[in-house]
Amino acid sequence: MSEPVTPLGGAVHEGAARVAEMPRRGMITLRGDLGDPAFSEAVAEVAGLALPGRGRVSAEGETRLGWMSPDELILMLPAPDVAAVLDRLAGALGGVHHLAVEVTDARALFAVSGEPAAVRESLAKLAPVDFSPAAFEPGTFRRSRLAQVPAAFWCEPDGSFGVMCFRSVAEYVFKALSVSAASDGRVGMF
Amino acid sequence: MLLLECPYCGVAGEETEFHGGGEAHLKRHGPESSDADFEGYLFHRENPKGVHLERWRHVNGCGKWFHAARCTRTLEVFGTYTAQCSEPPQEIRDKISAKRPGWTWREFS
Amino acid sequence: MSTRLSRGGRLLNRGARVGFTFNGKRMSGFAGDTLASALLANNQMLAGRSFKYHRPRGVVASGAEEPNALMGLGADGTFEPNQRATTQELFEGLASESQNHWPSLDFDVGVVNSRLSRFFPAGFYYKTFMGPRAFWKHIYEPVIRQSAGLGKAPKDRDADRYEHFYAFTDVLVIGGGLAGLTAAKAAAEAGAKVLLVEQTAHWGGRTMVDGGEIAGGAAEAHVEALVTALEAMPNVTMRNRCMGAGVYDHGYALAYERLTDHVPGHDGPRHRLWRIRAGQIVTATGAIERPLSFAGNDVPGVMLASAVRDYATNWAVSPGDRTVVVTNNDDAYRTALTLKAAGLSVPVILDARAGGGGALAEEARAAGIRVENGKGIAKVEGGKRVTGVAICHQAGEGAVLETISCDAVAMSGGWSPVVHLWSHCGGKLTWDEAGAMFRPNAEQAPTGADGAPFVIPAGSADGEFSLPAILANARAAGLAAAQRTGATAEAEAAPEATARDETPIEPVWMMPQGAGRELRAKAFLDYQNDVKVSDVMLAAQEGYESVEHAKRYTTLGMATDQGKLSNINGLAVLSQSLNTPIPQVGTTTFRPPYTPISMGAIAGEARGEIFQPLRRTPMHAWHEAHGAHWEPVGHWRRPYCYPKAGESHQDAVAREITQTRKALGLLDASTLGKIVVKGPDAGKFLDMLYTNMMSTLKPGKCRYGLMCSENGFLIDDGVVARWDEETFLCHTTTGGAERIHAHMEEWLQTEWWDWKVYVANVTEQYAQIAVVGPKAREVIEALGAEGMDSQTFPFMAWEDRTVAGIAARIYRISFSGELSYEIAVPASQGLALWEALHAAGAAHGVMPYGTEALHVMRAEKGFIMIGDETDGTVIPQDLGLHWAISKKKDDYLGKRAQQRAHMTDPSRWKLVGLETLDGSVLSEGAYAVGQGTNANGQARVIGRVTSTYHSPTLGRGIAMGLVLNGPDRMGEVIDFGRIDGGRVPARIVDPVFYDKDGEKQNV
Repeated sequence: MSEPVTPLGGAVHEGAARVAEMPRRGMITLRGDLGDPAFSEAVAEVAGLALPGRGRVSAEGETRLGWMSPDELILMLPAPDVAAVLDRLAGALGGVHHLAVEVTDARALFAVSGEPAAVRESLAKLAPVDFSPAAFEPGTFRRSRLAQVPAAFWCEPDGSFGVMCFRSVAEYVFKALSVSAASDGRVGMF
Repeated sequence: MLLLECPYCGVAGEETEFHGGGEAHLKRHGPESSDADFEGYLFHRENPKGVHLERWRHVNGCGKWFHAARCTRTLEVFGTYTAQCSEPPQEIRDKISAKRPGWTWREFS
Repeated sequence: MSTRLSRGGRLLNRGARVGFTFNGKRMSGFAGDTLASALLANNQMLAGRSFKYHRPRGVVASGAEEPNALMGLGADGTFEPNQRATTQELFEGLASESQNHWPSLDFDVGVVNSRLSRFFPAGFYYKTFMGPRAFWKHIYEPVIRQSAGLGKAPKDRDADRYEHFYAFTDVLVIGGGLAGLTAAKAAAEAGAKVLLVEQTAHWGGRTMVDGGEIAGGAAEAHVEALVTALEAMPNVTMRNRCMGAGVYDHGYALAYERLTDHVPGHDGPRHRLWRIRAGQIVTATGAIERPLSFAGNDVPGVMLASAVRDYATNWAVSPGDRTVVVTNNDDAYRTALTLKAAGLSVPVILDARAGGGGALAEEARAAGIRVENGKGIAKVEGGKRVTGVAICHQAGEGAVLETISCDAVAMSGGWSPVVHLWSHCGGKLTWDEAGAMFRPNAEQAPTGADGAPFVIPAGSADGEFSLPAILANARAAGLAAAQRTGATAEAEAAPEATARDETPIEPVWMMPQGAGRELRAKAFLDYQNDVKVSDVMLAAQEGYESVEHAKRYTTLGMATDQGKLSNINGLAVLSQSLNTPIPQVGTTTFRPPYTPISMGAIAGEARGEIFQPLRRTPMHAWHEAHGAHWEPVGHWRRPYCYPKAGESHQDAVAREITQTRKALGLLDASTLGKIVVKGPDAGKFLDMLYTNMMSTLKPGKCRYGLMCSENGFLIDDGVVARWDEETFLCHTTTGGAERIHAHMEEWLQTEWWDWKVYVANVTEQYAQIAVVGPKAREVIEALGAEGMDSQTFPFMAWEDRTVAGIAARIYRISFSGELSYEIAVPASQGLALWEALHAAGAAHGVMPYGTEALHVMRAEKGFIMIGDETDGTVIPQDLGLHWAISKKKDDYLGKRAQQRAHMTDPSRWKLVGLETLDGSVLSEGAYAVGQGTNANGQARVIGRVTSTYHSPTLGRGIAMGLVLNGPDRMGEVIDFGRIDGGRVPARIVDPVFYDKDGEKQNV
């Protein structure tokens, strides 16, 4: 097996905010009835995280569990753990109707960090979402669009943001974020 | 540009997050149906000036389909509700009645 | 002449000289000037030519409503036409040019139109260019095109950057004058989050010029205190140079921020389009003064009275030494007093009201100014510049009483509240008889998502003009807006202010009242479109009675200013002509944007490389490095072929096909959709989705399937693989991945929500490579995969293998007719596998092949392609795909529709193969021509080509097509039309041209 590559090889843009492709991180799409304890408790157990509420993400170390829809979660975890976690999920969810599938390579992840207001402005130039601190606090997870493609955004415990999009548009998203994070384009709204 | 609340996400999103899906509560007619029933299912649509029940998908969001009760004249949104029902729930009917007493739409009122 | 006064100029920094050019001529102004004030200070009264008659025109206004002084600004990549000189801040090096003239502004040939103006009445073009038809192409159109259009279109790529910003606020206040500031403060004090935008560079609006007394001090000082207070409030964001452009449904609004128009060369975006979602919107957009309609009211030097006052106060510019003031209200007296105070001469104030004015008139008389009541202007003297006015009785027909020499005229026909933003989203207006104006009707405000009003007008935009009324009204508006968004705190009370005792306006729609034809034909309503009083009267006479019809017939209120000055005067004239009250005539529709905004701002970040998303496969960079000629497929780019140096695309395609059929080719198939369908009901679900039976597919096996819509039409196809008892992987077409995923979700969520099935789109998780050709097995084995023999791994099966050390899932399926394996690996390993296959295949002369080779090879095998053989009206039965339609199933999507009479009609065109007799390639989409003619006398068509290629394998043209009774006519020769009118005979044959028995793919 050759070294797995992320779509942009860890591209970084330094502007008013820092836009960086995240190092490769494992991802699993989980579908099931979040309202059914047989599903949600098993998932929380395997993930080692509290099940996130609607529009939230749980975080612990490198693991994130984000709320995608009433019957879908995204589990982010160290890439080498994916196979084992899929096995443990299959075991824990035996007999429970669900779908667990690896999407590590289907998606691209970006971290937008730096001065908090600059971070939020960079995103607010591209997504029709209220990124003000009052509306989007650490732990908030929101799916929307970023310019012309679907994307998900979440606020990390340290106030930086994660952005998730499809792998094929990684370059588009990176460039759009880089333009909106330009150091000469500050807005001053947040 | 409309502002719609996705009943699944609880998010009030702008129209560009959503995709309209035409009339709500169509009843599917399959292979055994009469020509008239099938024609009605496939082609006949309401086009009211006023209360309308329609389908939307939160396409740039949770991906879920939902229903919206909306006024096509004023664009007022009376409420949004789950797609997993074959008629508007009583709560939604009450909301419409509060704003548009005496409303009717297909067989609902 | 117009000139700079030696003292004053509120906005000027006389210490900073600024050089600029106008039509190449060097001029200078001061920091703080607008282009218009600087031009006037340089005695450049002539600012351009009018659009239709090429009449000389000067600056009329001092703000966004300016119709005449439109300039081309900048050069090359920063050139922009139709910019208002009145709203462009002056900067060093500004290059401006006037418009609508040839060869020069001073000497213009097109002015002949003006002499002929009596021959160019309203509707001239409609009436004249009727026929004969042949004249259109060679005479009318070239002539009209020559004279059409305002300004020149830029030729170069826009050198600037633009962006959007999504803002969310409780209360948006549009307008930063006294009313806007007051409303914003009240809303913010009440606790709301407030965004305040102002289109100019300065806060305070007219109050800064017109003054007055607030809270016992100067109004200007009160404004400054308000600005300071707002700047200190954490819940307030203030933006100047930011115009509220439009108000839309559900509290959505656009604001247009001009960041660097006043400091070009500055880094950063030039414009920012604010896409605002507000709980409530306060429109504090002020009012605009109306011109008066007298003959010669467009001669350079005739200006709005308020503009004359602005130029004198803000920029120390005197438009003339001797300015005649003409008015129907008290406000214009302020202009006379301002000019007098600046040491200029005001020979006379003509007040059209028989009773004259109030306290301000007394002040003017006391200042020694001659005031004539009941008088007006019969006619302005002068051509490129005012030289005098002829005075008459307003009540008469224009008999000249006296001629007074002057070089400027300040006119005021009263004020119209700026109701545009109130009206954009459905706010209604009411006619205020006393104020002679339309004002917002609070009973009929625009309503939002909850059905409640979401726009509140404030200040003069609400028809309030005295300081105490503005303060009270704006505070109430701001407070109400905040309360509607849930704010509960109290706002400070409105401060005391003194009101001037003013005598009411008396509407004057024509001056003099009984002006005859000659005068009416020189009294302009719309400067920008050269619409005169006589034109609107003619329109009414000819039956264009609706204000919307009259607008289109006369062009009143069109173009960049959208009738900001002309609309009310125009519809008043229409109302008089029709003898119908003004409110019944109504207004034309106010549409956003308030003033034009740049295309760049609308596009935002979407330009250049990120104009639209480009989807890339994991091997994209390799393709690019190896000279791929790209084909766009949706947002993907797929290699069409890989031409070598000097090789034509056609030759490259032929080479790729030949080598693949002979030995080995590789295709990047990563773009194909891949959707996982899982659950106890997955088989049942797929049986509904596909026309054939999928539930009987054994784990480890693959099956080709067709999907139809409920209309019965074919929408997608692809190979389904059963991963395990509960799990299927559905391959879709490249363009179908998102669409089919959505289609599945739709049926699961809205129809069969009780079925236990989950789907996930995993298209991009995998890189998929088709290894195709007689050497396919060898090369995969060479990379370490075991058990590839046909016994262990037959056609239409899938197996997990390790290839080049990478865990792979291999589907033995073929879209080319050759021995073929599609290898799926995680996308992060795709490039590694692709390169490994190239290395291992080198011994066999491996080649990558593109989409065109893929298309030709599938056509040689008679495989259909969604989008070629289908176009949204084709059912599987048309394509001879009965074998893929289950007879055992009671139901599947599209089954009922396929039973409809039209779908079972034996005369539907059916798929066949086509071979030209001469071996040539049929044209794409060519129609087959039958005997006789149709009901319209046209040749009868009996079929059409759906796919057509040169087959390098067969060395001839091959095609597929839909033909009437096609399958029953094997061997028959029919004619296909050519673009040049010729015919090409082709024989109807079996669509499978190559390896009919499938020996190659099964080997």
